[in-house]
Amino acid sequence: MEKRVTFGRWTIGILFAVPQLLLIFTFFYWPAGQAVYWSLTLQQPWGGGNIWVGLDNFRSILSNADYWNSITASLVFAATSTGLAMVIALVLAALTDRQLAGSWLYRVVLIWPYGIAAPALAMAFRFILAPEAGFMAVVNKVWPGFWDPGLDGADAMASVIIAFSWKYVGYNFIFFLAAFQAIPRSLIEAAAMDGSGVIRRFRDIQFPLITPTIFFLLVINITESFQDSFGIVDIMTAGGPANATNLMVYKIYSDGFKGLDYSGAAAQSIILMLLIIALTIVQFRFIERRVHYR
Amino acid sequence: MVERTPILNFFTHLILFAGFIFCVAPFVIVAIAASHNLKDVNDVPMSLLPGSDFWVNIKTAWTTADLGPKLLNSFIMAFGVAAGKVIVSALTAFSIVYFRYPGRMLIFWLIFITLMLPLEVRIVPTYAVVANVLEPYQAILDLTGLSWLIEKVSGVQVQLSLGLLNSYSGLILPLVATATGTFLYRQFFLTVPDELTEAARMDGAGALRFFVDILLPLSRNNMAALGTIMFLWAWNQYLWPLLITTDQSHAMAVTELKQLIPNVGGAPEWHIAMAGTLIVMLPPLIVVVLMQRWFVRGLIATEK
Repeated sequence: MEKRVTFGRWTIGILFAVPQLLLIFTFFYWPAGQAVYWSLTLQQPWGGGNIWVGLDNFRSILSNADYWNSITASLVFAATSTGLAMVIALVLAALTDRQLAGSWLYRVVLIWPYGIAAPALAMAFRFILAPEAGFMAVVNKVWPGFWDPGLDGADAMASVIIAFSWKYVGYNFIFFLAAFQAIPRSLIEAAAMDGSGVIRRFRDIQFPLITPTIFFLLVINITESFQDSFGIVDIMTAGGPANATNLMVYKIYSDGFKGLDYSGAAAQSIILMLLIIALTIVQFRFIERRVHYR
Repeated sequence: MVERTPILNFFTHLILFAGFIFCVAPFVIVAIAASHNLKDVNDVPMSLLPGSDFWVNIKTAWTTADLGPKLLNSFIMAFGVAAGKVIVSALTAFSIVYFRYPGRMLIFWLIFITLMLPLEVRIVPTYAVVANVLEPYQAILDLTGLSWLIEKVSGVQVQLSLGLLNSYSGLILPLVATATGTFLYRQFFLTVPDELTEAARMDGAGALRFFVDILLPLSRNNMAALGTIMFLWAWNQYLWPLLITTDQSHAMAVTELKQLIPNVGGAPEWHIAMAGTLIVMLPPLIVVVLMQRWFVRGLIATEK
């Protein structure tokens, strides 16, 4: 879509875009280019510039068991937390959309968790899921040693997933509810007249009509699980125990800023960037399809 | 409701109520834990009746993590990011929509691509740029031979350097440098009728006049939505402030939370930790509750 009526003096037009362009050049394109450069070079330990090493950084990263462990952990985290957050939100949104008495309350409250900072909710869950105080302690009293995120990698992963899903249920809920409400009431009523029940209507009308939203949220949730997990991991587990929750962004941070391995961190960043770009491209293909859908 | 389904309605209420509990319980538990004393908070199971030490704990958390100045820093940063986004995005969208100039589509795509890569992913090199924001320009001068030329002609060696670590601009600017708001405005500007522009031009209004007096007042809803979303987003930033504020005087409330994690081996002071968590959680929660309409609207509009 283009404007028919525009302003003639285009030099002024460009001036309006200059602040944004300066910002994205300095803080987006330059660093992104720098990451590519660093990933292909190796910084000399005592200064003296970078030497060109080609793809060596990538080779050493990809042959490192720790890195593959981090990728596996990220994928497990992404799949489980996305699945949990989306299924719970879908059920809650579908039920809220039935508009029974009191549904306004859920519309208001279910969104709250999304407003909370990841580290703050991580702190809350660190207490709630602590093995010696809080609520899992009750379970531990019945079955001693059942739950200990400080020692057991699987427990630590579960805690991080619970905290993340809690936040993103609210987020997904907003989008699912908007999608359900966009379906014309007359469609649902016509189907009810024809004698289809609630389940049948959900399966044959509502669910197919919200598939675009499902794909959209799938991509957003996975992307967010790569980035928004940092605060949760840092507060709850610090990547441990034994690297069980050392997710990709956390590893980039600890390698780059604690291990001062800029080249390795840059190579990891590039791999993560490619992953996210691939996901975004998938998302755009579905957006194209959504246009056909209506 | 189209038909009578008493059993299903019962289960609907049941499941929704469970969801409600699931969402609210952590807030309630944090608030209750913040009101206990050291012994009660570590009781198994912890009593769900509020204790009497709420204000004492809030005060202790406040002073231990020095939350007063930290909250102020968080506010400054969140307002800065929200205001920056609202202004810069409006300017850019105006330029893209209301002008025809060569390279307009290139600019559009350059901005669009920034949506793909969040700050967390390119964190290491962005940190290096903020350590000296003029480094990109220095490098360009060096590469094009301009700095050599300047040195030959004037005898001045070009050394551009401006560090933004531990400064508000260093915190805020990189967070403003994405496209989120631009597309929100663009979609809206495209729906503004052309007749309005024609009328304004006929009355002799130039581009700037039209932008300030007509377009901006019309976009008030968009500004509120974008501002709310960006405020929350900035308030909740963690990794970025953690990296670039090595100096305590610029630390954020959210990053200070880490100070309150009970030490292994020491007394598990969960009541203080939870009081601090409550303080940090509260401002964004209040914004969500008060600005719910704008929040939901902004969320749906910025992502799609």
